[in-house]
Amino acid sequence: MDALTVVDLTLAGVLTGLLYGLMALGLSVIFGVVRVVNFAHGEMMTIAMYATVVLFTWLGLDPFVALLPVAAAFFGLGYLLQRGLINPFITRPEHSQFMLLVALAIILVNALLMIFGPDARHVQLDYLLEPIEVGPLLLDRGKVAAAGVAAVTAAALFAFFRFTLTGKAIRACADNHLGAQVIGLDVRRLYALTFGLGSACVAVAGCMMIVLVDVTPTLGPGYTLLAFVIVIVGGLGSMPGALLGGVLIGVSEALAGLFIAPSAKSMFSFALLILVLLLRPQGLLGKSA
Amino acid sequence: MKAERRATVLLAVLACALLVLPAFANPYVLSVATLILFFAYTGQAWNVMMGFAGQLSLGHSLYVGVGAYVAAGLFFLYGVGPWAGVWLAMLACALLGAVIGALAFRFRIAGVYFALLTIAFAEFTRIGFDHFAPLGGPGGLFLKVEQRQHLDLLALRGPPAMFYYVALALTAGAFALCSRLLHSRVGYYWQAIRENEEAAQALGIDVFRYKMLAILVSSSMTALAGVFFAFYYNNLFPEQIFNIGRSIEIILGPIIGGLGTLFGPILGAALLTVLADSSTELIGALGWDIPGVKQVLYGVVLLGVVMFLPHGIWPVLAQKLGLRR
Repeated sequence: MDALTVVDLTLAGVLTGLLYGLMALGLSVIFGVVRVVNFAHGEMMTIAMYATVVLFTWLGLDPFVALLPVAAAFFGLGYLLQRGLINPFITRPEHSQFMLLVALAIILVNALLMIFGPDARHVQLDYLLEPIEVGPLLLDRGKVAAAGVAAVTAAALFAFFRFTLTGKAIRACADNHLGAQVIGLDVRRLYALTFGLGSACVAVAGCMMIVLVDVTPTLGPGYTLLAFVIVIVGGLGSMPGALLGGVLIGVSEALAGLFIAPSAKSMFSFALLILVLLLRPQGLLGKSA
Repeated sequence: MKAERRATVLLAVLACALLVLPAFANPYVLSVATLILFFAYTGQAWNVMMGFAGQLSLGHSLYVGVGAYVAAGLFFLYGVGPWAGVWLAMLACALLGAVIGALAFRFRIAGVYFALLTIAFAEFTRIGFDHFAPLGGPGGLFLKVEQRQHLDLLALRGPPAMFYYVALALTAGAFALCSRLLHSRVGYYWQAIRENEEAAQALGIDVFRYKMLAILVSSSMTALAGVFFAFYYNNLFPEQIFNIGRSIEIILGPIIGGLGTLFGPILGAALLTVLADSSTELIGALGWDIPGVKQVLYGVVLLGVVMFLPHGIWPVLAQKLGLRR
């Protein structure tokens, strides 16, 4: 095992990790504001992956173009989901919200199974096959492109929350729900907007993920768990935390595959989760309660 | 008082019906009934933690799996019988529960974070067993299936009716235990913690201690379910037994039936198992036999119950039957 392989794998881990980070960002934004744990997050990701497969095989739409309509559709779906289904549950206890989203997740996974069957689907882009050579290193072109899209999307989201009035209003809701209502913010609409934004994030992540890996309907729960691990490691509600967590998990998975058995790679992530929960429950970049 | 008498009569009728069931049921019905009892039992065990003490565990498959693997592993590797193995299985699960509880409750990890911690432990253990070759790894652990008609209670080998009665005994025992616990000092402490932890602490309840007690009782009870599972099905796969899907299966019954109630886990297990099985039949009859239909239906029913009966079915039913004012 030479140093070059390690560097190569670490870089690949960083790139995949940015994509994981974007997926987790969606979850983090939703939890940070609406305070509802989206247990159907990974399932939404797989739906976005299938949507990209369908657009690619039927209309020949390139995933890097398809991500725009898919993200827009997911924004709308997320908005409606929050408005119609989840909003009545905001004041209910956690286990009740959990059951609602688990029921939703079961329906989503199996609806995909009904429509697409259990076989793996993929999108192959010929122009991404050739790796990029940087000195002695070889970078997967698909991963670089996907990570680029993830970084741009995350930056756009940061800018939205930092500079726009709506973004600031959403942050106000997250900071103080009652206070936001008192000053006349339409909290319900802002919650729905946030859920839409989180869904759009996960949609973009899904559109990019399908360029890197095959999709099956049963991938959903795994992605849900992964998103949770990342968000807790980085700090629930912290946006840079989600990206940092994603990169950490991406790198640890890539290196665990090299040093231990590839099948044991997620053991590493769960160990990291347990450690962070015990030593720094608010997450690496989270604010302490 | 009248309501209490009605409940006793109802319970007696139910118990008699369950006792004589194997005499009338065909093997299929018996297997469904055994499955219902299995989920009623595990649901009851989980209910101690969540329903009574308010601690949301989403990793109870951990205790089912470890209980199953300890007893089956001892039998498989050293020929130790299930009645000896069951103690070690319970001990192992109680220890695991103690570790998780001590870490979580000392560090004041609660709610969603606690739920995720329990998932993380279950997943971690799943992957561990996947890489533990002496017990089969991902290929699974298989116990020798012996002559099924010959009853050998000591080795937990016998006809399906024996497993039915073992499951019935477990469920009845859990019901009796939970009913005593719920109306004991400990039970009231748990409910106080569930309703408002800070207030409970202010009243002088040692919150850490009683939360630990809840996880110890719940995890060692669940271990028994694992031992039963191992000897009933004779095969164990880490991928299946530690799966988060199994944890969710365990908690659906009590939540649908009625969280924190004694009949809820039993009612929920019965309804969900019958629903899953009858929808299979229905879908087969209608010719919609594509994978996923059954689960979609299941999910829709679940969604309906969660939306319209937030406290589960039992409280509503109990009122209708005049068991509760």
